[in-house]
Formats: sequence, structure tokens, C-alpha cells
Amino acid sequence: MAPRPSLGLHARLLFAFALLCVVTAAAVAGGIYFQARNGILQRTQDAAVLAMKSRLEALFPLRSPSPNPDELGDIARAVSDGGNSAIALYGGTRSPVEPPPGWWRPGGSAAIQDVRMIPAELRRAVADGDIAWQRVVWQGEPILVIGTPLLIVERDRTWVSGIEVYTARSLLPEQVSIDGLAASAWRNGGVALVFAVVLAWLATRGVLRPVRELGRAARLLGEGELRTRIAVRGSDELADVARTFNNTAAELERHVSQLRAMEADARRFVADVSHELRTPLAALAAVADVLDEEAARLPEPVGKAARLVSQETLNLTGLVNDLIEISRFDSGVAALTLNEVDMAELVRATLRARGWSEQVRTELPAAVTARLDPRRVDVILANLVGNALRHGEPPVSVRLSADPQWIDLEVRDHGPGLDEAVLPHVFDRFYKANAARARSEGSGLGLAIARENARLHRGDITVVNAADGGAVFTLRLPLRAPDPDGQSTMGGLE
Amino acid sequence: MIVGGVSRVLLIEDDPAVREGLELALTRHGHRVRAVESGEEGLDRLRTDIPDVVVLDLMLPGMDGFEVCRRIRTAGEIPIIMLTARSDDMDVVAGLEAGADDYVVKPVQPRVLEARIRAVLRRVGRDQAELERHGDLTIDRAGLVVANRGVPVSLAPTELRLLLELSGTPGRVHSRQQLLESVWEHGYFGDSRLVDACVQRLRAKIEDDSAAPVYVQTVRGFGYRFGPV
Repeated sequence: MAPRPSLGLHARLLFAFALLCVVTAAAVAGGIYFQARNGILQRTQDAAVLAMKSRLEALFPLRSPSPNPDELGDIARAVSDGGNSAIALYGGTRSPVEPPPGWWRPGGSAAIQDVRMIPAELRRAVADGDIAWQRVVWQGEPILVIGTPLLIVERDRTWVSGIEVYTARSLLPEQVSIDGLAASAWRNGGVALVFAVVLAWLATRGVLRPVRELGRAARLLGEGELRTRIAVRGSDELADVARTFNNTAAELERHVSQLRAMEADARRFVADVSHELRTPLAALAAVADVLDEEAARLPEPVGKAARLVSQETLNLTGLVNDLIEISRFDSGVAALTLNEVDMAELVRATLRARGWSEQVRTELPAAVTARLDPRRVDVILANLVGNALRHGEPPVSVRLSADPQWIDLEVRDHGPGLDEAVLPHVFDRFYKANAARARSEGSGLGLAIARENARLHRGDITVVNAADGGAVFTLRLPLRAPDPDGQSTMGGLE
Repeated sequence: MIVGGVSRVLLIEDDPAVREGLELALTRHGHRVRAVESGEEGLDRLRTDIPDVVVLDLMLPGMDGFEVCRRIRTAGEIPIIMLTARSDDMDVVAGLEAGADDYVVKPVQPRVLEARIRAVLRRVGRDQAELERHGDLTIDRAGLVVANRGVPVSLAPTELRLLLELSGTPGRVHSRQQLLESVWEHGYFGDSRLVDACVQRLRAKIEDDSAAPVYVQTVRGFGYRFGPV
């Protein structure tokens, strides 16, 4: 999952909106711009061409079919007015260069003083007898050049006289208004873009809020918050998704609670069975001792039978006690009775109580005190050391170490260690490392109970195989176990 | 109270098999056992025949074990050992608060119960010491009488032993583990709630204000201390 998926979607939507807006604005503004520009230019051209035609018509008849420069100058003057200047050409001859009266008005007119201003293309068209015009840029100024041939009309035929008149008209004023048009198109486009981005931002936020909500709800659901639902607004596709999500979550919740109920039932059954077994066992346990003590005096095989009954009663008692203990962890009623304890003393007491002091090497730094439930730690330690003595090879060692937060108790043997495949399962209930050994000496719950006890302290037990052989169980406990509301320690009330 | 000789045990247990089994086992250990099946019957029996110790099942039909425990306590100072189904739930705490001296968890091995019975019955050593005075409290170690402002205080055997143990070395801190070993004769891993419950009962009897104790003081994180007064 991308770290912030909704932001990416937001940005993408925003970008798409902006792009759409830019394209639309460009198309609309560009279209209008070009149409307006062409309209303006067309009008200007038409007016200029018409004006020139009417002036030329007033010029007829020509005095000479092959005029000299003076006559060409007359023709040019007649066509010129305040807005444009003209030049008349005939073969290699041209009208003299003279500025028209008051010809320079800023941005208004242009004078044809140079034949080079007239594009060759235009001259060819005019030489063919057509009236033609072309826009050119001359010395940075847009100019409309109009050329017309003078025709000779004689009764039934018309031919080109060879005299060509060209006028130039500055398009500067039109350029200015077209530039204005372009600027306003840009401006409007810009405003529209900003407006569109704001609208898009609002719109995507509107769309994305439910999407984000959905994402958050899905995350909560994943974290086990099965009662998570989202509000369904409206009847669009997002509302459909929300509804589907809610239905799925409800189904999930139902299934999970069903499974939990089944599991709780199963565990309660185990707890109930164990408790029911307790009373007959209490009676059996009470007399097992009697049998055991009398066994030596009984004739075989009765004596053997008596010993067997006595021994198995003890084993059964252990199993039932362990089952009850584990079901207490499962139902969450197990509580700590915390005490300030000297760790070295505790370890020694555990070993002493079981007669292991001689067999186990210890490394116990003095003055390590911890706040914990000594009886539960005794259960853990007895289990770990008992396992090491039963299944490992001597020497078995217990090493205590502490840092400001934790104490570590390391129980180690020097046997072959545990099979790598077994390691992850040693704390499982009734896990048998060796399938052939149907019943071990313990109930099969010892390590599971040990770990539950460690976890009740907010600690844990881990197991590894040492590099130089032997299994190493490490019990790690917080130096000060969290108080269970002070309710189980009556000393804590004072 | 008789130790080492024949002691009289009143066993109150509703389940016939358990009752019979325990009766058999305790008798073999040399006790004279009277077994009854209900609290009412047990209290009846107590009126005529005072035992040395009561072994009391907490889960009884009719009057429950806690109530029986309280009534025995108000009647006298006979040691009470309760039989409980679970070792570390509220039953134990409630039973200890009702005045029980010790408890064992079912299914119990007879030799464990036997050890507990011997512990509660162990004679408190009588010294020839003079009368001790600690503020308003006088302790007669020879006569085993405790009096507050001259008025005799009735203490259960365990409470008395705890007080004698603590007051023997005024000002010295006793950890719960030490007290469990010396007073209850449990091992190092006995249930420290026994000590806490007994201290509370003792305070209720000898302190003017059990919330602000003068004689039996808590040393937080370590244990208990007598005085200094």
C-alpha cells in the first residue's frame, strides 16, 4: 500500500481537471482569437482595396500607355491619401520617391519607398492582371501591401497596360487591437484556470472524503476493530461501496464472534471438565497415600497395583491442576500477586525446594531485586530447570542478569539441543517433541503454563540452541511487573 | 492444643467420597476426626465438642464456608484451615478475610494437609520473659495474653504467633517470605496473601485505627515491622 494513496489520487484528479480546463480555455480563446483577428484584418483589407479601386477609377483615362516617371508620380499621388502611400511602376520605371503630405502619423501609415517591400509573389500576381494584396512585416511593422495593374479597355478587349500601382497600409492599429484581444484571452484563460482548479479541488475533496473514510474504516477493520461502520450518504456509487463495506464488516463481525463463541465454549468445556474431575480426584488423592504406604506390605500383584494407582493418581492430579491453570489464563482470571523479591534468593529457594541445589550451577549476582509474583516465577523456573535436567545433559546452569528495565534468567543444558523443527513448537500445549514417546513425565502443559506466567508479567520466554550445543531457555521479565489494579495484593491496599 | 499427640479435627466437607478419603487419611496420621457434611451440622458439633482444628470446605450446600468460618471465629479462636477449589482467586482472599488461618487447594495430598494442621497447632513457645509493654499494648509471653489498655484481646492462634514473631524484634523488618516460613511454616513460595490477610485481622483487633497502624506497620516493598512505638 502506498503511504498516502488518497493524496496521489487527489493530485491526479486535480491535474486532470486543470489539464481539461487549460485545453478547453485554449480551444475557446484560441478559436475566438483567430476568428476576431481574421475578421479585423479582412475588414481592413476590404476597405483598403475598395478605397484604392475607387481612387484608381477616378484616375482614368490615362494620358499615356507608357508613362514617364512624372506621370507615374501623378498616378501614385492620386492613389495616396493620409493613411497610405503609393508607388506606381511601369517596367523598370517607378514613381519618384517622395513622402506623401504629412505622411508620418505614428502607428498610422506606411510609405512605400522601397520596391523591395513588395514581395515577388505579389508582383507576379499583379503582373498577371489581378488585384492582389499581401501582409508583410517590413522593418518590424506589419504592413498590408495592395497591388493592382492598370488595364486598358478598348471596346471588346481588355489588356494589361503594364502599369502597376502598389499601396502600403500600416496594420499597426489592428495589431494593437489584436494584441489586446490576445491579452484578454490569456487573462480570461488564466482566471478560468484558477477558478477551475479551485472548483476541482473542492469537487475532488468531496469525492475523496468518502474514499478516505473508507480507507480509514478498512484500516480499523484490519486492526480488529470489527464494529467499524461508515455512514452511507446519498445513493451514488460511493454510497454503494460504503454499503457493501458495511455489509462485509457486519458479516465478518458475525463470523468472528461465532468463532470466538465456539472457542470460548470449547475452553469453558475444558475448564468445566477439569473442575468436575477435581472432586473425585480429591477423594482419590486422599486415599492414594494410604495405598502407597501399604503397598510394601501387600502381596504381589496387589502391591504393584496399589503403587500404580497411587502414582497415576498423582499424575492425573498434576494434569488436572495444569488444565485448570491454563484455563484460568484463557479466561483471563489469572492475576499477579506482586512482591519485592531478591532474585538470587528466589532462584536458590526454587532449587532448594526441589533438591536441585547440588545439580545446578548458578551464576547469581547479589542485590538484584524485582517486583513480581514469586510463586509464578517459581513455577516457570522449576519447569525450565526440570526440563533441562530431564531432557538435557549436565551441567545445567542458571544465569541471572539485569539491566535497568529487565531481568534475564538463562537456563541452559549441555545436551544435543532441540531439533530445529521442534523449536517453534516447544511452548505449544501438549506438543510432544518425540512422537514415539506418547507420554512424558509432565502433563505436556508445563512450558505452555510457564510462558503464560511470563506473559502475565509482561515478559516472555524464548528458546535457542547454543552454538556449542545445548538448549538455552531465556526468561525475560520486567524489573517491575505492572500492578493488576492492586486488587490481588492486599498489601497494596495499605 | 496438642502437638505430636492425638489432636481432634472437625472436618466439614459435603462430598461423601472426599470426606471419607480425608477422614481415612487423617485418621492414619493419628488424628481423631469428626466428619460432618454441612456447615450447620459443624456449628452444632462445635457447641458440644471443641476440636483442636477445623478443616472446612468453602463450597458447601446451605450455609457456605465463609459464613461458617465467620461464626466459628466469633465463637472462639479455633484454628481454621479451608479447603478451596482454586488457589488464586477471590475465594482465598474472602476466606482469609473471614478469619481462616490457612488454606489448601483441592485435590489435596493428605501429607500437605497434615503439615498445615501441625503448623497451626504448633504450640506457641512460652517464655519466662516479663510482661512486655509497647505503648498501650501489653504482651504476656508466658501466659500468652495480649491486652490493649488493660483489656484482653482475643487473638486467633495464627494472629498471636504473628504478633509474637513481629514484636520479638521491634523495629526489624520481616519480609512476607520470612513470615510465611516462620509463622505458617510454608516454604519460600507460600501465598503472601496469608500474611497480608492476617496482618489486617490483627490490626483490626489491636490498632486504634487500622488505616494508620502504630504496632504493625507496613514497610512498602519489603514487608512488616513491629513499631517502633
